[in-house]
Amino acid sequence: MNTQADFMHPERITSSKATEATESRRTAGTGSRTSFWLGVVTSIGVAGLAALGFFVVPADDVQGDAVRIMFVHVPSAVGAYLAFGLTLLGSIMWLTRKSEWWDILAHSAAEVGTLLCGLAIVTGMLWGRPTWGTYWEWGDVRLMTTLILFLIMVGYLVSRSAFGTADPVSTATKAAVIGIAGAANIPIVHKSVDWWADRTLHQPSSLTDGKIEDLTLLTLMFGFLVVGLFLCWALIHRFRLGWLERELYAEELSEALHARRLEAAEEDRSRS
Amino acid sequence: MIAFIKDAYIVFVKDLKIEWRTRNTSGHVLPFAFFVLVFFGFTFNSSQTVLEQATPGLIWMVVLFVTIVAAENSLRLETENEAVRLLLTGGVLPAAIFVGKVGSVVLQLLFVELVLVPGAVVFYASDVESLPLVVAASAGATIGLATVGCLLSTVVVGVKARRTVLPILFMPLVSPVLVAATRAFGDAFGVFAVNGWSWTGLLALFAVVNLIVGAMMYSQLLEDI
Repeated sequence: MNTQADFMHPERITSSKATEATESRRTAGTGSRTSFWLGVVTSIGVAGLAALGFFVVPADDVQGDAVRIMFVHVPSAVGAYLAFGLTLLGSIMWLTRKSEWWDILAHSAAEVGTLLCGLAIVTGMLWGRPTWGTYWEWGDVRLMTTLILFLIMVGYLVSRSAFGTADPVSTATKAAVIGIAGAANIPIVHKSVDWWADRTLHQPSSLTDGKIEDLTLLTLMFGFLVVGLFLCWALIHRFRLGWLERELYAEELSEALHARRLEAAEEDRSRS
Repeated sequence: MIAFIKDAYIVFVKDLKIEWRTRNTSGHVLPFAFFVLVFFGFTFNSSQTVLEQATPGLIWMVVLFVTIVAAENSLRLETENEAVRLLLTGGVLPAAIFVGKVGSVVLQLLFVELVLVPGAVVFYASDVESLPLVVAASAGATIGLATVGCLLSTVVVGVKARRTVLPILFMPLVSPVLVAATRAFGDAFGVFAVNGWSWTGLLALFAVVNLIVGAMMYSQLLEDI
């Protein structure tokens, strides 16, 4: 932190401060001891889910082996809803509180949510081929609405990068508006199968209908846990990355100001 | 409330006066819409049956393109010479600016649709079976498109790649409107066996929600222009 004396006499500030800051930035990671162990547990969970899904759970009477995709597909979709819900929360909180913490949370959740939403779409397509006989069905409302949600969040991320980092407050405000407008689609996506039951191949929730039992249900629940752990782990790292980006930008700005002050002090000295 | 309506009316009339003097919609947007309508005919290999089936979707695709142009133009009026600052300094409410702008874009789009629908009847040999449904669905869908268009045009002000960012943001966000409007028009043109009025209800809901949400958030966006 520059002192008042430093500000009055910028030439006194040695380059050691900038070097020190750069050094601390180099050593700063995006994780912590907790996030490291969270990552280890998540990895073990992924391996356990794969083992349960592929080798322990029996094939379904109707869907056959395709049912195994459900252990990734359903938790990914729910994880994406949750992440986009966090984007909505972060966007609303940014507009009301103007705290960059909320903006970084909204951005991080949008990235992780888009990844999970993409995974849900891809696994859904892989499941659709053996079950419905097609990868993609344009008449299916759940597929359409999920794709729309995915595209909205891609648009959110593209626009964030287009807005740039020159004015973080403006970028955060604009992104918050898009985030709120985009996340408003979540209820439409979720309820689409109920509202347009005649326009979907997609089945209603098997979980709430109580159609899944025993080991299949247990594996699905384990899938939710693993995706939840992954969501937390990825959010922590992406959040920290966002925070470091802000610090880097502030630091570069501070260094540029410092250099300009030094130049001005040099000019004053040469004049006198 | 009266002050709000008065402010919105002032912005609405101002934009229409500028439109009347510059002839942007009638001189540029309308020919563009007409060209797209005709060129869709070429791309479908002049197949009358396919064109007839696709009429509802094609009409709303043209309106979608036109909305991007009209909404961007509407915001350009305010950002040039920082005109919006003068409006705000004059005490005009941000939400009223939004509602006024949406009103003027809606009127311009309805004008374009007034040409597009008969154009589709002539060129695509489509028949309008329910005119009230066409009118109601057009009103709902146009308000929905205009609200999102005006909101997002303000979001991309000052962005270098705004001409590409705006469609990327706009298209997915208005896709529920596109789907519902196409379904409603499908019923009105006798192409789809669906209940067009229930889709029109969805359009009305979307329009109202977007108008309210947009008006609430607009002041935040204007701060950054």
